[in-house]
Amino acid sequence: MTQATGAPVRRQGPPGLGTLKALSRPGRRAWSLPELDVPAAEVPAEHARARPPALPEVAERDLVTHFTRLSQLNYGVDTGVYPLGSCSMKYNPKVAEAVAALPGFARVHPLQPERTAQGTLELLWRLERALCEITGMARATLQPPAGACGELTGLLIMRRHHTELGDPRTKVVIPDAAHGTNPASVRMAGYEALHVPSDARGALDVSALEKLVDENVAGLMLTNPNTLGLFEEDIQEIASIVHGVGGLVYYDGANLNAILGRCRPGDMGFDIVHINTHKTFATPHGGGGPGAGPVGVTEELVPYLPVPIVERDEAAGTFHLDSDRPRSIGRMHGFHGNIGVLVRAYAYVFLHGRDGLTEVAERAVLNANYLAHRVEGAFPLAYPDGRPMHEFVSTAALLRERTGLRAMDVAKRVIDLGFHPSTVYFPLVVEEAMMVEPTETETKETLDAFAEALLQASDEAASDPDLLHEAPLTTPVRRLDEARAARHLKLRW
Amino acid sequence: MRYAPHTDEDVGAMLEAIGLASLDDLFAQIPEAVRLNRPLDLPEGVSEPEIVQDLADLAGRNRGADDLVCFVGGGAYDHYVPAVVWALAGRSEFYTSYTPYQPELSQGVLQALFEYQSMVCDLTALDVSNASLYDGATALAEAVALARSTPGRGRVLVSAGVDPRHVETLRTYGRGAGYEPERFELRDGRGGRPEVGDDVACVVVQHPNVYGNLEPVRALFGAAHDGGAATIQLFDPVSLGVLAPPGELGADIAVAEGQALGQHLNFGGPYLGVIATRLDFVRRLPGRIVGETVDVDGRVGYVLTLQAREQHIRREKATSNICTNQTLMAIAAAVYLAWLGPEGIVELGRRCAAKAAYAAERLTRIPGVELRFPDAPFFKEFALRLPRPAGDVCDALVDRGFLAGVPMRADDRTLLVAVTERRTREQIDRFALALQEVLA
Repeated sequence: MTQATGAPVRRQGPPGLGTLKALSRPGRRAWSLPELDVPAAEVPAEHARARPPALPEVAERDLVTHFTRLSQLNYGVDTGVYPLGSCSMKYNPKVAEAVAALPGFARVHPLQPERTAQGTLELLWRLERALCEITGMARATLQPPAGACGELTGLLIMRRHHTELGDPRTKVVIPDAAHGTNPASVRMAGYEALHVPSDARGALDVSALEKLVDENVAGLMLTNPNTLGLFEEDIQEIASIVHGVGGLVYYDGANLNAILGRCRPGDMGFDIVHINTHKTFATPHGGGGPGAGPVGVTEELVPYLPVPIVERDEAAGTFHLDSDRPRSIGRMHGFHGNIGVLVRAYAYVFLHGRDGLTEVAERAVLNANYLAHRVEGAFPLAYPDGRPMHEFVSTAALLRERTGLRAMDVAKRVIDLGFHPSTVYFPLVVEEAMMVEPTETETKETLDAFAEALLQASDEAASDPDLLHEAPLTTPVRRLDEARAARHLKLRW
Repeated sequence: MRYAPHTDEDVGAMLEAIGLASLDDLFAQIPEAVRLNRPLDLPEGVSEPEIVQDLADLAGRNRGADDLVCFVGGGAYDHYVPAVVWALAGRSEFYTSYTPYQPELSQGVLQALFEYQSMVCDLTALDVSNASLYDGATALAEAVALARSTPGRGRVLVSAGVDPRHVETLRTYGRGAGYEPERFELRDGRGGRPEVGDDVACVVVQHPNVYGNLEPVRALFGAAHDGGAATIQLFDPVSLGVLAPPGELGADIAVAEGQALGQHLNFGGPYLGVIATRLDFVRRLPGRIVGETVDVDGRVGYVLTLQAREQHIRREKATSNICTNQTLMAIAAAVYLAWLGPEGIVELGRRCAAKAAYAAERLTRIPGVELRFPDAPFFKEFALRLPRPAGDVCDALVDRGFLAGVPMRADDRTLLVAVTERRTREQIDRFALALQEVLA
């Protein structure tokens, strides 16, 4: 590796790792299985595999070192603040991991007799009721395995509702600042996406919505607070416009963390709500899953919920799975959803209880507002007239104008200063967007340190721009050539 | 218990900094009419020991596979999960991270996913895999969406040997996408004859099928290809040490419920959806894909690639809406596959096949019990015809310490019995005695 004279000195990170395949040696093994205690039986020759798959051959010791070192190349919430906007990367309580691993939960088969799974069924029944109370909905399905699947579930419920009324509709309205999953889900549900712009406040443009909606509109999808971190204050009017043409209003629960115990989607006029348990209820994000995306609905829409749902036999006090629901949209998952994730969500909800959940929202909003205030001199809010909720969207547009450096350069410099950066370049409607969600579990000291890092990066953009251009220098690899990855596909060893 | 770390002093100082008098002021923009203005109707919060007790009580009301000897399969199986799998996948640097949007801080997850993709390709004899989907059923729905990309070819032919829960999920997804899966019947528990006209997008076959039977996949897929349709195989990932891989059977797309790859039973999830396909489908493959590249210093590293397929870039034109997938499960699957290695996966497959064959032989010695499809070969799971309704038999066997199997929907006297490498001869013999007693 060569470095141009005068460039910042690279602090060498841990060396990169070869792949497991490179560690493979013929005859090495980690597996351990009991000797066969019955007569051998081969599969018929016409079905047999000719030669074994070329999996790596490694000793268990190699396997452990390899994945341990890989884990050390990775930054998680346990490493430090992880302020990705719209992702609610809060601390994941260890106790939730411990209870989900109890053999009484982990070793239960989804198709074993219901009377042998009463504990899990009761847990799901209680969690459903709690989520309905939190969101103001009548019933919920816990089956969708992630938020995007929850969106599709909700939209298929919307479709079934209109179909049963003999009025299948063709379009669903989404704000221009929506998550990409919203338009993608709209398309998968067989609808066309209609886009409604944001107004000068960063709120949904109500007059544009009024002009856009007609009897072809099946509904509207909205996050509240929206993806700019601002509360949609016109929500009742918005809901009534959509209801006025016979449409339904869908709540994307990405930002539910901001309003726990303060207000509820059901009371705002929403008909369908999805929740991301991996955001609001601290189930770990797993490097990109598993999530869980429960969907709650109003009384009118309950018949359409996916099958099965958990019901309680009041007389016997027992629980069962009800699949006999002829108006249901059907299944959204091969079994019952990401149950292990729901066990963790249950632990989180009932650990906090009513006051604890309200406090979560208060502290999340407090942290976001404090951090926004600390950095606004360098990175002003994209919509300075609104008060941010649990997250805020700043812009590096001024910095770019002044120095030519971009939000991504700031993010990479923040990495060298010891932090995971915020989301950048989303929402798409904000130039040089930096979307920051510190969550409620960070201390004031951490927020101060993160703010100092952002301010330092801003100062350095003027005084020593190479520090930003070259960043990151401290990581196992530096900026990676994404264009090359897409052009010269290497997707396996 | 609460995890927000603020002292009263912190709250006061932070409010003062932002110029507010109270926490309520942070929520002033919420219109009065939509405020809750009452406490949530939930219990008060509890301490950590109390929640542990509550959950231990609930867990104690289940009777799982440690307590009852498990012969239940139907897509999820009581395979042994090596200690190393969750000791590694359970490292919090993995499980508390998120989708690797900042690759320089995420090389661990990215490389683990690259290795997962590589091993799925090794296993299936196909060119490319993604970084996982939700589960087998939703992976099937995504595979069908991938196969339905030729205009004029929209019909979806699904073998009656495909798991009914998978078909129900497919039907749900089809309502949005505008198709209704069409079923073609089996003959003696396998095969069948799909009518592949020029409007058919794909033919879906499960092998081993819903009865555990081995399918004549080459013939079925040959017919599909002759008719110009794409082929989708549902496979059992741990069968591929002994069974010919989808890529050699003519599958264009292979999907699987990945539970068998080191995932605990967890009452149905989290598992993972496995998908692999040919290189020419890669630009329409759904979900995250990790690719190898180099950094500015020429060092090898890994990134999410071909993102122009995905919802956060392409929005309504994306190949799928999937965002969060089952990454942690894919990392666990990678550890599990490397633990097995080429020899272990063959030995595992042989043990399952031998024990299933032994169990079938032993159980069909019971008067009135016979194989539902006596001429069909099977791998680790087989269908029995019982003289009494299978649901009642399962219920009675719980009291004797067994999870007997899955009562099939096709008729009420068919029981699907799964036998993994964990079942011992002694357990199988006791199971046979118990079944005999119950049926007597």
